[in-house]
Amino acid sequence: MKVTQGQFSFLPDLTDADIAKQVEYALEKGWAVAVEYTTDPHPRNTYWTMWGNPMFDLKDPAGVMMEITACRREHGGKYIRVLAFDSKKGWESIRMNFMINRPEYEPGFELVRAEGPGRTVRYTLRSHSTAAYPAAS
Amino acid sequence: MNKISDVKITDMKERYKSGVLKYKQMGYWEPDYEPKPTDILAVFRITPQDGVDPEEAAAAVAGESSTATWTVVWTDRLTDSEYYRAKAYRVDPVPGTPGQFFAFIAYDLDLFEEGSIANLTASIIGNVFGFKPLKALRLEDMRIPPHYLKTFQGPATGIVAERERMNVYGRPLLGATMKPKLGLSGRNYGRVVYEALKGGLDFTKDDENINSQPFMHWRDRFLYCMEGVNKAMAETGEVKGTYLNVTAGTMEDMYERAEFARDLGSVIIMIDLVIGYTAIQSMAKWARRNDMILHLHRAGHSTYTRQKNHGVSFRVIAKWMRMAGVDHIHAGTVVGKLEGDPNVIRGIYDTCRENYTPQNLQHGLFFDQDWASLKKMMPVASGGIHAGQMHQLLTYLNDDVVLQFGGGTIGHPQGIQAGAIANRVALECMVKARNEGRDIWNEGPQVLSEAARWCTPLRAALDTWKDVTFDYASTDSVDYVPTPTAS
Repeated sequence: MKVTQGQFSFLPDLTDADIAKQVEYALEKGWAVAVEYTTDPHPRNTYWTMWGNPMFDLKDPAGVMMEITACRREHGGKYIRVLAFDSKKGWESIRMNFMINRPEYEPGFELVRAEGPGRTVRYTLRSHSTAAYPAAS
Repeated sequence: MNKISDVKITDMKERYKSGVLKYKQMGYWEPDYEPKPTDILAVFRITPQDGVDPEEAAAAVAGESSTATWTVVWTDRLTDSEYYRAKAYRVDPVPGTPGQFFAFIAYDLDLFEEGSIANLTASIIGNVFGFKPLKALRLEDMRIPPHYLKTFQGPATGIVAERERMNVYGRPLLGATMKPKLGLSGRNYGRVVYEALKGGLDFTKDDENINSQPFMHWRDRFLYCMEGVNKAMAETGEVKGTYLNVTAGTMEDMYERAEFARDLGSVIIMIDLVIGYTAIQSMAKWARRNDMILHLHRAGHSTYTRQKNHGVSFRVIAKWMRMAGVDHIHAGTVVGKLEGDPNVIRGIYDTCRENYTPQNLQHGLFFDQDWASLKKMMPVASGGIHAGQMHQLLTYLNDDVVLQFGGGTIGHPQGIQAGAIANRVALECMVKARNEGRDIWNEGPQVLSEAARWCTPLRAALDTWKDVTFDYASTDSVDYVPTPTAS
């Protein structure tokens, strides 16, 4: 399966030039770019591991690209995403989110159905990756 | 009939003599009145009957929407009546439309109960719309002061928290209304939900008239829909939702349906505008208590929003709904099958999404409006739109919107999943191109055809709907056009 989180997951994988242009767009808007990675892309796994803090003071896309490259070198087999944080009043949240790296094999999720009263079902999504490597998530 | 003077009568004995006075004489016309920051302001489009003076007509609207009745009553003198009277303070002719006038009226804050759209509207659009001396009357816009806004909950979730819950940033959300509207069994219906979400949409949606009919009981629909939602989540790793319509005949039924949706793990429920303002506010409070996004379908609105001379403009309905506390509101597409002048739509979208909207007559906004940090409402663009219009949709509507392609997903020649893929690819390639600095308004079709080279479903969508447009003149347009100013 392919995890399709993020704003560009339906497009062909972004090249470094593509990524740099998106980073430039974020910086022009005054947003701080951040890089995060995980082995567990469960849709409700909100907090991926931060590759350092959001780069509030970095205004040059080339600097951001260096961090992206460094993160990829260390965590090449994992999911890596780029986020842009907007500190403006009324937003104070994420404004961009796109995936820039994913493992070669994506194990996906098991849908666990617990049957309840009547015909109701309680659904649980379980990441195959955390089942295989419980400590690695 | 003797000509009665229409000057405001200040001698109290004279003023309260039994009989009939003009509204201006009673004090509802105050051209020198300076609106207070706490006043609620309204601008009406009035079409007086032949021979009725526009200022008198404006005064009558002020009177009939606040304290007045048709004759003098002595019991006014038991009250601080000057204070409670609404004041018409300005009348402007409508540009280019003889016989119509914009009447500006100020209402004191104390005329209204806090936190009640029902009470606000019972005054402002209560009796007055049937008033005989007017041929027609339309509420064009309102200014709600922060003092009154802060007595309302506002959107249960808001745009920012909705995006955080859905984990979708940097692009419009995608949805589709399930079709056919009527007749699908629960099992068949859930199939359409699953296919569309699996294909790449964030949301699917019940239609406004899907409640609990003989062909599909509501519990059946909810159960099968949630099977589809969860299965699609497992296969994509994305958060998905389906707007389960909980509209029903009584509040008790609606609460029961909403609770069932919550217990099944739905992130969103839906109501129709026709349930009424109080029911909407009740559901908004329920949604806030239960971490639920609340979608509003504006069923019925065109009966009173579409014609320019009579009714309530949709920008006012949008204001009331942001106060009432819904998270999603259908707000027009510009390019689709339903009414929508680009300038009017812009004014409505700003009303949904901005924290401050300055007066902008070209967008139909008559007043500066400070939203006092009330949460933002996500506009929904739905009705006759397709992937080939993506560059226009993104230019007109920007990122914070749910684009709903119902027929444009389900009617795809290669199936529902292919329809969803086509829409998602069209959207993502257009956002990417825009962020890269490309001029998507002009290069949009080229951006789409570049993507269609590697995406067969998009190619098929573009071929199927390439010539579909709904190019009709709008009935609800703005009256002000920009005039060049010397610089």
